[in-house]
Amino acid sequence: MINKIAEKLIFEKSRSGRRAFAQAPMASAEVGIPAMYLRKDRPNLPEASELQTVRHFTRLSQKNFSIDTQFYPLGSCTMKYNPRACNALALLPGFAGRHPLGPESHGQGFLRCMYELQEMLKGVTGMKGVSLTPMAGAQGELAGVAMIRAYHEARGDHQRKEILVPDAAHGTNPATATMCGCVVREIPTDKDGDVDIDALKAALGPKTAGIMLTNPSTLGVFERRIAEVATLVHEAGGLLYYDGANLNAILGKVRPGDMGFDVIHMNLHKTFSTPHGGGGPGSGAVGVGNRLLPFLPIPLVGAAEKDGKTVFRWLAENELPQSIGRLSGFMGNAGVLLRAYVYMRMVGRDGMERIAEYATLNANYLMVRLADAGFELAFPGRRASHEFIITMRKEARTYDLTAMDVAKALLDWNYHAPTTYFPLLVPECLLIEPTETESKETLDGFVDAMIAILTDARENGVSFKEAPYNMPVRRLDDVKAARQLDIRFEPG
Amino acid sequence: MPFIPHTKKDTDEMLAAIGAADIEALFDEIPAKLRIGSLDGVPEALSEMQISRLMHKRAAEDGTPQCYIGAGAYEHHIPAAVWDIATRGEFYSAYTPYQAEASQGTLQCIYEYQSMITALTVLDVSNASLYDGASGLAEAALMAVRSNRKARSGRILLAPGVSPVYQKVATAIASNQGITFASLPADPVTGTTDFERLDAGDDPVAVVIQQPGFLGTLEDVDRITDWAHEQGALVIAVVNPVSLALLKAPGHWGRNGVDIACGEGQPLGVPLSSGGPYFGFMTCRQQHVRQIPGRIVGRTTDLDGESGFVLTLQAREQHIRRSKATSNICTNQGLMVTAATIYMSLLGFDGLARVAAEAHRNTTRLVSGLLGIKGISRCFEGPFFHEVALQLEQPVAPVLERLADLDILGGLDLKTSHPDLGHALLVCATETKTDEDIDAYVSAMRNVLTTSARKSA
Repeated sequence: MINKIAEKLIFEKSRSGRRAFAQAPMASAEVGIPAMYLRKDRPNLPEASELQTVRHFTRLSQKNFSIDTQFYPLGSCTMKYNPRACNALALLPGFAGRHPLGPESHGQGFLRCMYELQEMLKGVTGMKGVSLTPMAGAQGELAGVAMIRAYHEARGDHQRKEILVPDAAHGTNPATATMCGCVVREIPTDKDGDVDIDALKAALGPKTAGIMLTNPSTLGVFERRIAEVATLVHEAGGLLYYDGANLNAILGKVRPGDMGFDVIHMNLHKTFSTPHGGGGPGSGAVGVGNRLLPFLPIPLVGAAEKDGKTVFRWLAENELPQSIGRLSGFMGNAGVLLRAYVYMRMVGRDGMERIAEYATLNANYLMVRLADAGFELAFPGRRASHEFIITMRKEARTYDLTAMDVAKALLDWNYHAPTTYFPLLVPECLLIEPTETESKETLDGFVDAMIAILTDARENGVSFKEAPYNMPVRRLDDVKAARQLDIRFEPG
Repeated sequence: MPFIPHTKKDTDEMLAAIGAADIEALFDEIPAKLRIGSLDGVPEALSEMQISRLMHKRAAEDGTPQCYIGAGAYEHHIPAAVWDIATRGEFYSAYTPYQAEASQGTLQCIYEYQSMITALTVLDVSNASLYDGASGLAEAALMAVRSNRKARSGRILLAPGVSPVYQKVATAIASNQGITFASLPADPVTGTTDFERLDAGDDPVAVVIQQPGFLGTLEDVDRITDWAHEQGALVIAVVNPVSLALLKAPGHWGRNGVDIACGEGQPLGVPLSSGGPYFGFMTCRQQHVRQIPGRIVGRTTDLDGESGFVLTLQAREQHIRRSKATSNICTNQGLMVTAATIYMSLLGFDGLARVAAEAHRNTTRLVSGLLGIKGISRCFEGPFFHEVALQLEQPVAPVLERLADLDILGGLDLKTSHPDLGHALLVCATETKTDEDIDAYVSAMRNVLTTSARKSA
């Protein structure tokens, strides 16, 4: 159960002179650095015993929802179970203690895992090359758009700076395009959730650098005319970018490379089950087709035969002189990549396909059950992919039950809220993604909670404006937080 | 073994509810010609026991050598409690704290982290962290361009200590927005900024000062900071957070302190792990708060007037502002920040100061031992913290290979990053090394150099 007892700040538990004695080396002799370089003030860090610290942070952990404790039907986020073995094996001393600049002689075990991970990701996406270095989905996007720009620049096509983005896209898509010095053009969606082909045709031209698509889209449906979109964009001289946020839905069924995409990023923290960690680390490996191979971000891991043995080594500036460069100090979130590697090996070839199948089964089952219970689907004529959208627009009007109210009320039922108010073009929406690792009982329990909330509003006139009631805090004042900024502890 | 709980009965009941004949029917909207058969690129599944055996074998292959490499990632003792708590499922498998009421643990932890990092750097505002130190500098450069409206050149000047890798990363990330980087002149004797030859050129946006420098040098940070401000430039400090237990905080550099500080957070309780996941920290003065990228946690009150925490100033971020956001970033390195917050709480300022002092002491011992060997000298004069560049009389790579055969990683060969230094080696000894370890390294180095000198004679 979530811990509702308020926890003072660690600073407020601090007592001058108290220490976790086992954790620091003995006092050293005088430091031989001239005084002009040295610090004279004493920063306010906590002074606490080891037990106090352990208890403090353990209690804080108990104030969180997490996959290990609650169901997260969080659309577009793929909150599936994070197998324990992935963490335990990534933290083996030989991996956790390995310095990033250590010699290849003391890194063959690690490099082999990375090489095989590149190969497996090529296999599941149908791309020709993979770089593991981007440290999150958004950085993978940055790498992808930077590669598209580098490709056009290398061909002397300097005017191609327009990136087309559907209006349903993740916010990172337009933000990334801007970061890469591109101009964003939004493409509308038709009433069934597909890209509006006429609008796309009108937008394409000699300035088109490329288009960024998610498929299945953020509307929870498969873009059925993807082959036509790919042909149109390629004929106009643009490239296709695949946002891998929803890759879980199609694993082993259809591959972005086969759909005609030139570049893709994968969110390993979604599809390949590395932990979300309360907001990171992510990992956003990128894959490319032949056109973009020379531009991949470095370093990559290569393999060569030497004395009858396979030897793994880094490939960097020398091997990829046209690369868009380095995106991290070393090679990205290596420890996350190891977790993804372990996960993929445990799932295996046939398991990949089963992931897409059961993620889709769970989504369609939940969609049907909620529709039967009276919730309105945003795209009723369509199959759900691994996620789907319900809209609360009628309930908001009739019973003043908004998507936000449902989200907050669900917390009291011990379910994390679905994604709310995204995508932006569906009013009062809840984007729901159950993932393949949840059981039928969990889904049924969630439906019961949703029915209870709806019934309470409809038949009993209950308002959820002040929910949740059973969390460590009640609804928080966001306006006050922004107006009276309190973003660090200051001793009184 | 994809961790799927469904029994045959579950699946049948669910398909019946949907009204689908089989699971395959659920994919009928995907055009048939796009469908694939088998995923040949993925091997057959392994059980946990099988993958465990494989990974133990590979980890053992990489070994646990004695490591004297630093260069931006540092081996420190990590208290057992740090990762024991950070990998509790409630932290490890939690989502981004958008639902504040169900995320108070993560949010309070980040608020405490922000309080600690602002205290260490003596600046007003901290974000909830960025990906790593190198990409953090790129974000700081972009932020400086947004903040320093008067300077229109897009030119950012780098003091000599700035890591060449950080420069590469900042260029890869920021150059598409018209930002350029230029180096300030270095004094060949000290390796630090040459004040006699300083020239800001036209309209610089910002000056980046890394302390300690990549090659271990210490800059007169007060003087460069004041000079930069006189040129109308902002100052970005790149600092090692452990060093801040000894060295002057960026907020105290020069007459007015720096504008933005950033750096690699890894030394604060994050394992080396081949380069990540780490976290980049970033702090700044109050006047730049609306330009800082990434998440920020604020304390507020709930409906009952009780204290609680939320993500705040979200109007800067991509999910609200889309193409007009301060950055496309939509994660912080939450789990690493959790670990760092626990680490700083366990050590406190005194503990951190002891770690820093012991690292300095060990590096001093290592360097004086190595300088006692014929054929080794320092590249630069001047004080250092826990890293020093050494000059050898022979190519470094074969020397490092022979040390590696003895399970000693003797430092970083500077041939690629600093060809102008000749045969140069960057060494670092943190608090994890004992006197015996250091003496063993020195004696191994003496053997390697003597035998190779004999060979070449």
